[in-house]
Amino acid sequence: MKNAVIGNNKQKANLIVLGAVPRLLYLLQQSSSSLELRTECAVVLGSLAMGTENNIKSLVDCHIIPALLQGLLCSDLIFIEACLRCLRTVFISPVTPVQLLYTDPTVIPHLMSLLSRSRHTKEYITQIFAHCCKTPEHQTVLFNHSAIQNIAPLLISPSDKVRMQALKCFSVLAYENTQVSMTLVNVLVDGEQLSQVFVRMMQRDKPIEMQLTAAKCLTYMCRAGAIRTDDNCIILKTLPCLVRMCSKERLLEERVEGAETLAYLMEPDVELQRIASFTDHLVSMLADYFKYPSSVSAITDIKRLDHDLKHAHELRQAAFKLYASLGSNDEDIRKKITETENMMDRIVSGLSESSIKVRLAAVRCLHSLSRSVQQLRTSFHDHAVWKPLMKLLQNAPDEVLVMASSTLCNLLLEFSPSKEPILDSGVIELLCSLTQSDSPALRVNGIWALMNMAFQADQKVKVEIVRALGTEQLFRLLSDPDTNVLMKTLGLLRNLLSTRPHIDQIMSSHGKQIMQAVTLILEGEHSIEVKEQTLCILANIADGNTAKELIMTNDDMLQKIKYYMGHSNVKLQLAATFCISNLIWNEEDGSQERQDKLKDMGFVDILHKLTQASDPNLCDRAKTAMQQYLA
Amino acid sequence: RSDLALNEQEKDLNQRLRRLYPAVNEEETPLPRSWSPKDKFSYIGLSQNNLRVHYKGHGKTPKDAASVRATHPIPAACGVYYFEVKIISKGRDGYVKYMGIGLSAQGVNMNRLPGWDKHSYGYHGDDGHSFCSSGTGQPYGPTFTTGDVIGCCVNLINNTCFYTKNGHSLGIAFTDLPPNLYPTVGLQTPGEVVDANFGQHPFVFDIEDYMREWRTKIQAQIDRFPIGEREGEWQAMIQKMVASYLVHHSYCATAEVFAKSTDQAVHEELASIKNRQKIQKLVLSGRMGEAIETTQQLYPSLLELNPDLLFMLKVRQFIEMVNGTDSEVRCLGGRSPKSQDSYPGSPRLFNSPVHKASSSQTYQTGIGDVITDHLHFLLSPGFDSNYCNGVSSSKGHTLAHSHKSCPRTMPSPELGVLNGSRGQQTNVGAEVEMEVDHFSNGVSESSSNGFLNGSSTHGIDLEECDGDMEVDSAQSKRQLCGGSQAAIERMIQFGRELQSMSEHLRRERGKNSANKKMLKDAFSLLAYSDPWISPVGYQLDSIRREPVCSTLNSAILETHNLPKQPPLALAVGQAAQCLSLMARTGSGSCAFASVDDYLH
Repeated sequence: MKNAVIGNNKQKANLIVLGAVPRLLYLLQQSSSSLELRTECAVVLGSLAMGTENNIKSLVDCHIIPALLQGLLCSDLIFIEACLRCLRTVFISPVTPVQLLYTDPTVIPHLMSLLSRSRHTKEYITQIFAHCCKTPEHQTVLFNHSAIQNIAPLLISPSDKVRMQALKCFSVLAYENTQVSMTLVNVLVDGEQLSQVFVRMMQRDKPIEMQLTAAKCLTYMCRAGAIRTDDNCIILKTLPCLVRMCSKERLLEERVEGAETLAYLMEPDVELQRIASFTDHLVSMLADYFKYPSSVSAITDIKRLDHDLKHAHELRQAAFKLYASLGSNDEDIRKKITETENMMDRIVSGLSESSIKVRLAAVRCLHSLSRSVQQLRTSFHDHAVWKPLMKLLQNAPDEVLVMASSTLCNLLLEFSPSKEPILDSGVIELLCSLTQSDSPALRVNGIWALMNMAFQADQKVKVEIVRALGTEQLFRLLSDPDTNVLMKTLGLLRNLLSTRPHIDQIMSSHGKQIMQAVTLILEGEHSIEVKEQTLCILANIADGNTAKELIMTNDDMLQKIKYYMGHSNVKLQLAATFCISNLIWNEEDGSQERQDKLKDMGFVDILHKLTQASDPNLCDRAKTAMQQYLA
Repeated sequence: RSDLALNEQEKDLNQRLRRLYPAVNEEETPLPRSWSPKDKFSYIGLSQNNLRVHYKGHGKTPKDAASVRATHPIPAACGVYYFEVKIISKGRDGYVKYMGIGLSAQGVNMNRLPGWDKHSYGYHGDDGHSFCSSGTGQPYGPTFTTGDVIGCCVNLINNTCFYTKNGHSLGIAFTDLPPNLYPTVGLQTPGEVVDANFGQHPFVFDIEDYMREWRTKIQAQIDRFPIGEREGEWQAMIQKMVASYLVHHSYCATAEVFAKSTDQAVHEELASIKNRQKIQKLVLSGRMGEAIETTQQLYPSLLELNPDLLFMLKVRQFIEMVNGTDSEVRCLGGRSPKSQDSYPGSPRLFNSPVHKASSSQTYQTGIGDVITDHLHFLLSPGFDSNYCNGVSSSKGHTLAHSHKSCPRTMPSPELGVLNGSRGQQTNVGAEVEMEVDHFSNGVSESSSNGFLNGSSTHGIDLEECDGDMEVDSAQSKRQLCGGSQAAIERMIQFGRELQSMSEHLRRERGKNSANKKMLKDAFSLLAYSDPWISPVGYQLDSIRREPVCSTLNSAILETHNLPKQPPLALAVGQAAQCLSLMARTGSGSCAFASVDDYLH
């Protein structure tokens, strides 16, 4: 059988159909079988597993995994190696559920104990671990069974394969795992720090796969906080290594992985972004990611075209991700990116690509660039990016919506020339519907965009916002469990309540509810920032002509203001004082009566006291208010 | 004290340059080590051993620009060349900080910044632009200023250049560079100061890692070189070469087994090989009298037709008499011939390869260790320090002991003499250069025998075996002619005969300075009470038998119309010659294609 099936998928399928697998498994499991026989069975099964995915499915359906795992308990090394080899082949197939490795809790510790038996056990077991560690739970199981201590020595194994698989284990173990990463930095291999071992594996004469995987390990350790971003092994080794992986000389798969890893590495660190932006022409190098399939490949050979097509989406999304990461903080880098050939056109077409991964990455890139005032004013407007963006917002999955709406927030900033056309496209309804989403991120973005839109807006726009949102929804948002939502809603209110006519107009129609909401927030358990924002709203109300009265007639509210004037936090004192200052302002109708009433309530004494405050702003504000009485 | 520090820096520099550019022959193409005080515009001032550059012009207009070139152009044999410039001061405020770092050919106007003219290339700090033989720059990298370290790397394989800033590569700046460019820096602002690092200090950028990548690339290119239709003949060709090598050096038993197991015919009678082997053994064990006699017996006309060869053999015989090893003095009461000083049948056995474990697996099958060992020394003419010190004895080789039993001390300064006598300026202890020398000899002296070349390499080995030898010399006391009075008399008599032979030769064949010197050196041995530690004592070293042995061997082979140099040695020599030719014609890839890398 063994000789019949080697390299012959058809024969393998035939044997499986004929029911060879259960029989082989039976012989393999019989303790009465000779070791030679059991070993041969494992070898044949291993050969069957080398076939098609369907073969693997059949084997897994016949419960080959528990049988082989059971076989590992045998003491014979040759037999164990045959079982492991078959297990390895089964587990690295995408059709095998990795969970099967973890079903029996004794398996992982047993594999750990077999690890150092031979070169083959090392290679097969590390390869199984590298493929079957997909979730934080898997990481924890392996970590708890001393995976790090057991695998670390294999990094200096004389066998290339063993070293490579061990390295892969570390990359999957460390990914987004602080515990593993923190442990890794303290591991010594033959007296050398693990990070230095990884650095050596990134040397340019090492196989590309090894360089790339070592760079991933260091990237994950860095992102988990185990290595500082300004450590030489990151700044002078990992980063340049990843940039090299993006070069045209590398395979398409490597370029995708390289760009994604690099994007991840430098996402939180502007210094790394700056260095990467001028390393090896990275920004223009990435432009090449959009040139697949190339016109040449289409003509020369069909295989290449197929290959290019397969990777084209991956390449584009990786490039967008990397651009997004590069441009997330530095204005000069953003400029450099937008000036790259056809960049804005590429983003625009990326936003409407069929692949969701590309759309998401494109909108991330757009979002990153939209943090630039200059780009908002120029390239964004020139290329009318708002159009595909609005289209994207109509019917997209949440993760795309979050990015797109966040980008929209920036496009709706007051100085953005895109603001007008977006308003005309009926965006308000859309944003209002976002505020009703279950996702806090979407609610924040929806209300944030409305807030930006309301800033120094026309009366008409403000009225439209209030109408579309509805006071009920507005007040629901004011009690939103998410502080960000609450803050942005208060911000929206504040922007709505600016300039006197608008204040009076809105307060005359919604005064009661607004005053209620303000009261509720001031009485509730909220952060200083929230209360400050609320007091600012109150100060705006106090600036209105008619709206003032809503406060003056509300003694409870006045008491609250008084309370905050004496608060221990200067910011709250300042906001409350501002409010009083607006109420007693001289040149307005009825100012005398208001001054008298507030004097009677003891506000003058407080203001007097505040003129002695140590904070200069507060002191000035109190003095200005006092002058109203003196005039 | 500062001189001391300077020497230290000089040593560092030499060491670093040798490590970075092992393929460069500095006698032919010296490396840049500093800025040239002669090749600069007058507005440039140099200090700190011509490494610091400062601007002393007005700096008002581009007409005030000033540049300086390094002392030498970049040799192609560097493969990859790199230098760094640190900006010490960006110059006085109120000026635009024009400053350019780059390359220029000899003769390019120095009253300009690098990059502005034909065959001139620069990266400028004020705008970060690159200037490629043009007054208009292209956007290239970031700007640079005080405290920044800018590096410039020339790739002489693909003729490109890239810069680095503070250790980060900025990507290709120029392509299609012409050969023989000089490192150049240009300034145009009062107060500007920059320091160069041509290897005096460790570089900020990891240039060695970049070189590693190119070494791998070149080696992969060699490995993948298409062999063509004759593909199937590789093995046969290599077997032929090995067989001919074995025959050449008269490893007859090994040659016989090898020929049999590889199905080859041996192109020389076995008896003839055995004869040569016999003679070689005699020469190598110092029994020159017998060797001459045997040669005359077996090849009657050979020495008659080659009086110079005979003379050389006789001079050696004289030396062996002094040594107490020649049969004529031995029988007069010298040391017992067999027990101590039999130089076994291999001409050279200086190394016991470290790689043996693996190499023996490859070569050994059915042939035996002897071959393995000799193949190995043949194939690795250069060696690490690990190579010597008798590892082979642990493997039970009978070959390894001869060095030990040769009583001598060889203090290392003497080695200089040894090498110097061959008209080379080799640096004792500099393994890398030695290897290079060894190969270039292999070619330049192609008329002489391959063995000769070995001796310079051999010298290193001796030095590294020093420890062993001193112990040996303490064990057995050396005495002139083995300590026998009769032997000394015989030696003196023989010396007279030699003298008259020399006179006879001169009359017959005219002056021969080589012969004259040979004789003079040999006789000089008698001028010292302890010839072994005298300045001419190197002649007593058993290694010196090897050139004699191989010259004789070649002469015998020639009379049989066989090549006097084995094809294998020829091939190695040709490959080495090809590399040095590449260096001269500007093919940088020679830097990463050392013949040694393939001989293991």
